[in-house]
Amino acid sequence: MSAANILAQQLNASDQKNANAAIGAGFAYGLAAIGPGIGIGYVVGKAIEAMARQPEAAGVVRTTMFLGIAFTEALALIGFVVFILLKFA
Amino acid sequence: MNVFALEFPEISHILVWPDILPSFNKVALIGVAAVLATVIIFFIAGRRDPLKPPKGVRNLAESSVDFIESDIVMQTIGRDGLGWTPFLISIFFFVLFCNITEILPTVQMPATARMAIPISMALVVWIVYNTVGVKHQGFFGYLKNSCFPPGVPKALYILVAPIEFVSTFIVRPFSLAIRLFANMLAGHLLLVTFAILTDALITANTAFLKVIFVLPLFMLIFLTAFEILVSVLQAYIFTILTAVYIGGAAHPEH
Repeated sequence: MSAANILAQQLNASDQKNANAAIGAGFAYGLAAIGPGIGIGYVVGKAIEAMARQPEAAGVVRTTMFLGIAFTEALALIGFVVFILLKFA
Repeated sequence: MNVFALEFPEISHILVWPDILPSFNKVALIGVAAVLATVIIFFIAGRRDPLKPPKGVRNLAESSVDFIESDIVMQTIGRDGLGWTPFLISIFFFVLFCNITEILPTVQMPATARMAIPISMALVVWIVYNTVGVKHQGFFGYLKNSCFPPGVPKALYILVAPIEFVSTFIVRPFSLAIRLFANMLAGHLLLVTFAILTDALITANTAFLKVIFVLPLFMLIFLTAFEILVSVLQAYIFTILTAVYIGGAAHPEH
């Protein structure tokens, strides 16, 4: 009998459920962070480019940049909430 | 939970506080204190003689009014939205004081890391911007302008109208609440993690572990400074999104 089989027999149902929840939680946050990471980098990079080209418009650009970050970041935060729900709820 | 022989407390131990009075715990106390702090700051600032040069509390109040007016209201609603300044200032300072208790020594708990305060404030904002929209455009005009944005090909409205309806009336309040809640909860958990790590390394019985406790300690100090930034930024973002939603409801063409 292989080691994996013995391990599987020793895990009872609730352990199995907890392990699945922990794995799912890790993947939920990790995957949810990819897109917003790229997105926020893009938003801030373009905002810096705009500020460097037109320093007199820096105020408007900064406000819009924070708005863009807030909308993009919401996706990562929903991933974090799913992580908390899977892991602890 | 036990990770690498460190005892990490249960999440309920970090976030759920025992009641001081019936159904009134530390989080509710922080909320009340935040309201009182906001009221007292502007009450004191308002009582000062306006002819003398501003200093102290009045300086803070004046510069924050100027910040809200020029950086938030004028950029999002426009000149006719200056009447919203008191509402936005109340939101900004209440959220800021609820957040900043995260790094306040001996308190160390952001009131916005529990869902009650963010979701209640998001509901208030939802009611306010919908009321503004109905008042400025009429009920059906508001519904039409929210669901049918101009400049979209006619055939695409089958797809766009339901998406716009859901995102304007259902997703907005939830994303507003979850953004604030999750940011503060994440910051709180980070601080707890590094505090526990530092504590466990100091009290470890190996000499090597006792020495490297400075690494998580520096991280803890750095994160505390970072959380001040996050607290102010989240208060700013909550306020500016409120202003954007009110502005969008008042001037549909944008």
